Amino acid sequence: MPAHDVLIIGAGLAGQRAALAAALEGASVAIMSKVHPVRSHSVAAAGGINAAISVDDDWHSHAYDTVKGSDFLGDQDAIEIMCSEAPHEVMHLEHIGVTFHRNEKGELDLRAFGGASVKRTAYVADITGQAILHVLYEQLMKHHGRVERYEEWFTTSLVQDADGRCCGVVARNVRSGSMETFRAKNVILACGGAGQVYRPTTNALIVTGDGIAQAYRVGAPLMDMEMVQYHPTTLVENGLLITEGARGEGAVLLNSEGERFMEKYAPNKMELASRDVVSRAEQTEILEGRGVGADGSGIYLDITKVPRKRTLEALREIVNIGKDFAGVDITREPIMIRPGQHYIMGGVKTDVNGATSIEGLYAAGEVACVSVHGGNRLGANSLLDTLIFGRRAGEHAAKRALSIPMPDASDAQLHADVAMIDEILARERTGRRISEIKDELGDTMNQYVAVYRDQEGLQKAHEVIGRLKQEAQRAYIDDRGTVFNQDVLGAIELGYMLDCAEAIVVAAIERKESRGAQFRTDFPERNDEEWLKHIVISPNGDGPQVGYSPVTMTQWQPEERKY
Amino acid sequence: MADTHRPPEEFTLRMLRYDPESGEAPYWDEHTITLEPHRSVLEGILQARARFDGSIGIRCSCRAAICGSCGVRINGEPGLACHTHLDHARDSATDGVIEIEPMGNMPVIKDLIVDMDAVHWKKVQRVTPWLIAKQPVPEREYLASHESMVDITQTMACIQCGACVSDCLAMEVDPGFIGPAALAKAYRFVGDPRDAEHDARLRDLAHDPQGIYDCTHCFKCVEACPKDVNPMGQIMRLRRIAGSDFKIVDKNNGERHEAAFTTLVRDHGLLWEAELLPRSYGGNSRWGKFSPRAGKELISSLPAILKALARGKVTAMGALKPHKIPKRDLESVRSIYDRIEGREERYELNLYVTGHDEEEPTAAAGAGSAGSAPTTTSTEGSPG
Repeated sequence: MPAHDVLIIGAGLAGQRAALAAALEGASVAIMSKVHPVRSHSVAAAGGINAAISVDDDWHSHAYDTVKGSDFLGDQDAIEIMCSEAPHEVMHLEHIGVTFHRNEKGELDLRAFGGASVKRTAYVADITGQAILHVLYEQLMKHHGRVERYEEWFTTSLVQDADGRCCGVVARNVRSGSMETFRAKNVILACGGAGQVYRPTTNALIVTGDGIAQAYRVGAPLMDMEMVQYHPTTLVENGLLITEGARGEGAVLLNSEGERFMEKYAPNKMELASRDVVSRAEQTEILEGRGVGADGSGIYLDITKVPRKRTLEALREIVNIGKDFAGVDITREPIMIRPGQHYIMGGVKTDVNGATSIEGLYAAGEVACVSVHGGNRLGANSLLDTLIFGRRAGEHAAKRALSIPMPDASDAQLHADVAMIDEILARERTGRRISEIKDELGDTMNQYVAVYRDQEGLQKAHEVIGRLKQEAQRAYIDDRGTVFNQDVLGAIELGYMLDCAEAIVVAAIERKESRGAQFRTDFPERNDEEWLKHIVISPNGDGPQVGYSPVTMTQWQPEERKY
Repeated sequence: MADTHRPPEEFTLRMLRYDPESGEAPYWDEHTITLEPHRSVLEGILQARARFDGSIGIRCSCRAAICGSCGVRINGEPGLACHTHLDHARDSATDGVIEIEPMGNMPVIKDLIVDMDAVHWKKVQRVTPWLIAKQPVPEREYLASHESMVDITQTMACIQCGACVSDCLAMEVDPGFIGPAALAKAYRFVGDPRDAEHDARLRDLAHDPQGIYDCTHCFKCVEACPKDVNPMGQIMRLRRIAGSDFKIVDKNNGERHEAAFTTLVRDHGLLWEAELLPRSYGGNSRWGKFSPRAGKELISSLPAILKALARGKVTAMGALKPHKIPKRDLESVRSIYDRIEGREERYELNLYVTGHDEEEPTAAAGAGSAGSAPTTTSTEGSPG
């Protein structure tokens, strides 16, 4: 049975950064991912990474913007760590080879981004996530002797010892179908969010809440799960992301009357207000009949204001997306967008070192909730989150490994997981197809747990999820093979997604106020007196149990939020 | 606005399936799906998988041509399934049925899934694919020009999908060729002003018989690349930098071959085929053929020379005398050389970074009504 000091699940930015940090501390490290690392969804992060590196910027300003962006739900101690360590991290990335674009002095150039009081977003055209991810993978190739890579291995369960400590995982080799127990002194979950719970979503097909559900199932509490970000600019056609960098470069939003409607909602920051504010504004315009397109469900994003050469150089990817997926040349005409599911602020509750409440289990990146994003994440803070807390988790786990022996992990969970997969393979073709259940889940979430929510809709979503959970037990698959059986993995992922969806809806029902990404039409005001606290969801027998956790405040008291 | 609300249509997909556990040979499998014509082939495959057969194997994730998972061949041409419209694919099909196969030059694992580790990633690992940073490392960022960073962003934009590897003709003949994707990755470091080992990298790739001079200049990778990385262009840039800037005379005669080629065309207006090989081996002058090195190589090339003579590609007279072209034409050819060589800096074609702020002649018609006017965004560019 393989054994490692630190075993990282997920090989996006958080996972790779954790692996490199842990290896540097001298630990024996392995990184496991259900896809090849460069396919991880971090690759789709476009616009950039925030850091107060400019001489006229200060990390306190970055931290304040983040606190305000979070609608004061973010934990300020964690935000201070993230923002104060950001400049060093960005310089580290630069030193290992990220091709950040430069200003005329040859220093890192910075672009404007939503919710930021100054330009502080370093970028590589509009492929920043890809550039950083590929450079980290270059480092993994360089350090191949120090970091073992299990590429295309699908984790099915976390393994616990008799005392409840996490001591490894069970995983399936996607390519061969073989299953194995991996022992580890520490497991770091870095396997991303749960965007596929929604349809449409900007998130990749692999983003199915695996880590959130796996941690939850072994008793780790989830936090801020009701906070689901709708990105203001996703393609009407198919939900693909149009980077916020477009607005950062000067693009504007127009309604059917050709009006730059953000004047009404955020007169100071306009299109560069925080994402929850802009998405709500767009949705209001659409609901009030000022949307564009055949069914009035879109908004125009007009990038023609940006000089063409600049667009081709700095927004190259969305030029291609417009051309390839909407048939629009964005340098010549506006493109139709609308708010679409993009990010889950919530996740597995961790401390500032990535440690969860389960000993030996860490989480970092979108799978985790530190919470630095609170009610709403600022654009270009997610890459930063993954890197800062990925590194911290890697370092912390590596140090912890020095002082403890390699735990024993039994094969009990392995046998259970093999039986679980055999059961799915053996199902009669009588129930529904996996894909049908997944689609109904996504449509339900997008209808009732979106930009605007109310009790009735949330209740309905809750009921649907309950029924889908039953149906998923009997859902059948076609592929009975072992080699690259993506069908059976899809059935397991569906289970993860349903767990995440349930936690999201239960938390959204619980929070009877409007804050950040959660807007309740039946409770339209923010209510600091009762709800300036995190909602924590823990597993309790059959269903989720709701609890609370205080918000950590250091320097900034809640105030009215205006952009 | 482009008309984006087109009604769904039926499309038939014919996929090459392979089940390694069955012991059977690959077979064709057809499904008819219903989608709007501008949807992608990947969405078509996913619909077939969701509705009819969950066992169809294809790697896919982002749906937006950024993760690089879904490289396949569509109607025989390599590309991303998520980056190809159904209607375009149908138009390029021979019988109206969209044919989808796994990529080439890599072993098939199952259906449309190939073993990229065995070929692609091994080659990437071969080019020392990480920055060897100049020392000392500065406290803040390395100062670098905007242009240099934008320049290497073109190769940074490679998503490692393998489409170029799939149809590399040189790799088909010589599987050991480092290949377009990995060499483009190599340029990413050679073009990076922060890297300390440009010379060693170039020497390594020039002297490796399966390195930069193994490319046969066929343009397949340029066509295949869904991200405009232009791998062959990067290989040519590596050659120019190795030969012109670092004066690396490689043991494969690659540098001399290029020098001989350009000299012969400059001197005679047309290539003098019979002089090309001797000079490539012996040195770039009329005395090249008398070099002992050339003699040795000529003997080993004798079968090729005899074949060329037998097929009339070279005549005995032609071997003795160069082609003749009118003096005016020869002067025109030389003026091209003078102009290009007279530049202070070598122009490098980089499709990623170019584009002018120029207005098109029809711009007065107004942006809003430009609807269906075809515009090129990727090919207009800096002078090459």
